[in-house]
Amino acid sequence: MMKILLMGNPNVGKSVLFSRLTGTRTIASNYPGTTVGFTKGYLKLGETQAEVVDVPGTYTLEPTSKAEEVAAEMLKDGDLIIDVVDATNLERNLNLTLQLLEGQLPVIVVLNMWDDAHHRGINIDVTKLEELLGVPVVPTVGITGQGIKDLVSRLPEATAPQTTCASSDERWTKIGDIVSQVQSLSHRHHTWREVLEDASSHPAGGVAIALLVLAATFFVIRFIGEGIINYVTDPLFNWLWTPLLMKLSLFLGSAGFWHDILVGKLINGDIDYLQSMGLLSTGIYIEFGVVIPYIVSFYLMLGILEDIGYLPRLAVLMDTFMHRIGLHGYAIIPTILGLGCNVPAVMATRILESRRQRFIAATLISIGVPCAALQAMIIGLVGAQGTQYVALVYGSLFISWVVIGLILNYAVKGFSPELMVEIPPYRLPPWRVIGEKLWLRVSSFIKEALPIVLGAVLVVNIFYMLGVFDFIANIAAPVMSGLLGLPKETVVPLAVGFLRKDIAVGMLAPLALTAKQLVISSTVLAMFFPCMATFAILARELGARDMLKATGIMIAAALIMGGLQNLIL
Amino acid sequence: MSEKLQLTLAKMEAGQTGTVVQVLGGHGLIRRLEALGIRPGKKVTKISSMLFRGPVTLRTNHTQVAIGFGMANKILVEIDTPA
Repeated sequence: MMKILLMGNPNVGKSVLFSRLTGTRTIASNYPGTTVGFTKGYLKLGETQAEVVDVPGTYTLEPTSKAEEVAAEMLKDGDLIIDVVDATNLERNLNLTLQLLEGQLPVIVVLNMWDDAHHRGINIDVTKLEELLGVPVVPTVGITGQGIKDLVSRLPEATAPQTTCASSDERWTKIGDIVSQVQSLSHRHHTWREVLEDASSHPAGGVAIALLVLAATFFVIRFIGEGIINYVTDPLFNWLWTPLLMKLSLFLGSAGFWHDILVGKLINGDIDYLQSMGLLSTGIYIEFGVVIPYIVSFYLMLGILEDIGYLPRLAVLMDTFMHRIGLHGYAIIPTILGLGCNVPAVMATRILESRRQRFIAATLISIGVPCAALQAMIIGLVGAQGTQYVALVYGSLFISWVVIGLILNYAVKGFSPELMVEIPPYRLPPWRVIGEKLWLRVSSFIKEALPIVLGAVLVVNIFYMLGVFDFIANIAAPVMSGLLGLPKETVVPLAVGFLRKDIAVGMLAPLALTAKQLVISSTVLAMFFPCMATFAILARELGARDMLKATGIMIAAALIMGGLQNLIL
Repeated sequence: MSEKLQLTLAKMEAGQTGTVVQVLGGHGLIRRLEALGIRPGKKVTKISSMLFRGPVTLRTNHTQVAIGFGMANKILVEIDTPA
């Protein structure tokens, strides 16, 4: 099958075009480095099918980061290249284009963001550009789909001129020559977004805007999350799901093996969603009644921030601080993704240049950055005791994140390069795009999380019946009660945390812990061990040895932090 | 006649515009900057710099780029004299 590679500079809209071409949805955002792996999709070309690969963005074919290495590797087994060019940035983009034209593969050039170029007063003579490059050039607007049909119909015209340039200086001269012949600029006024762009790069203005944005984000996430719980999910569970489950409970005879697995234990003759521990009661409730409302609100806000193009600006503001913990500003992007789920966050550490940075960033994310599912449960369970206790958990995690970062910066060998990143222009994303991205993330969360949650509830029930947990609890008793001041049974949720952290926090509910114990156990649970999925991705990204090192650091850090909390609180 | 003022990007004031003269660095740095459109002969405008030797933001063509203070200190710019 023919293999088509979508290549281009970072943040030129490759992922948007990819979705348009193949109908396969992928996450696209307004910052360089959204795509770090590669996504495949299929496109019908007349009678035949072609495979389309969304390649991570790269400025040159001489890679400077892991994500760019992936791009250069991909080039080896493609049949045709769609070179996506940001029409507002012709000169810089043409550097990669010329490098691609020097290769063996046929190329077709796409001038994306054609509308934006127009708004900015940039006019490009497409016919002339085709003539100079020797390959077809198609203007497109990825976000609206304009020009996509044209692109598909002209794919067969792609050719490989195999031009040669002796040196990179010669290449730049050639680019300057091309640009002067095809591009003309017309005057236009400063727009509101340029004023905002400059304000958020200004030191004082930037900090003020950052504080405002972060405060507003937290407020809105909380507001929407609570809103969904109070007005949508809780009423649905109370009026619909509970009566159904009670019928099932009666039908199963209110007790027995299947009853306990499916409905769980009745508490005073009723279903208690946090304590019954049945597949259909606690299992379903934790995901749909507690976690998903927050997943929806978190990813909605994240999507908006990503698409507006705010995150790279935050990276610049945070840069000086992030250097203290062995990273640079851009590491803030994987970190923020980690507040949703640690798996894509660890993947996203590929945008960092050195191995040292990736190790530090991945370890810090696994220790100090709780995922949205875990946070939702902490807010639900610990928050019921008082907001100050939630603040204690977050504060402890933040302190661990900083302190471990300082230590790792001191201890880990290797170097951390400086920040070098393109700051994308602010864009106003259409609501349809935000909505599609949100749906993609929420539905893949449900698909990935729900089976594991239900599986975990099942395993837990069976282990309880077999008495496995009593055995583990007795072994762990000295650490649990001696060091952390927790009842020995708390080891069970900690162990379940390996499967999924949300269900693990849920299992703390029946233990009747004091507020202090809840703070300690949820902090330890967050830091102790990454969940299975994160564990697998850590092993893949860091390699087995570094993954074991990272795990050792996590366990040590969790025990120290938990022990300190037990002493101080 | 007289030599024009040359400063490193790090020492430029926000709002100043100039032409890149030279990148005082190794081959790797030169190539990475080049890829982002920063190379001798290019017009650059410094937008801002963060406190405590934080990153410098600049504009070249229609792109904004942020680079670390150390790198900014290696980019020599000939300052445009205000008209």
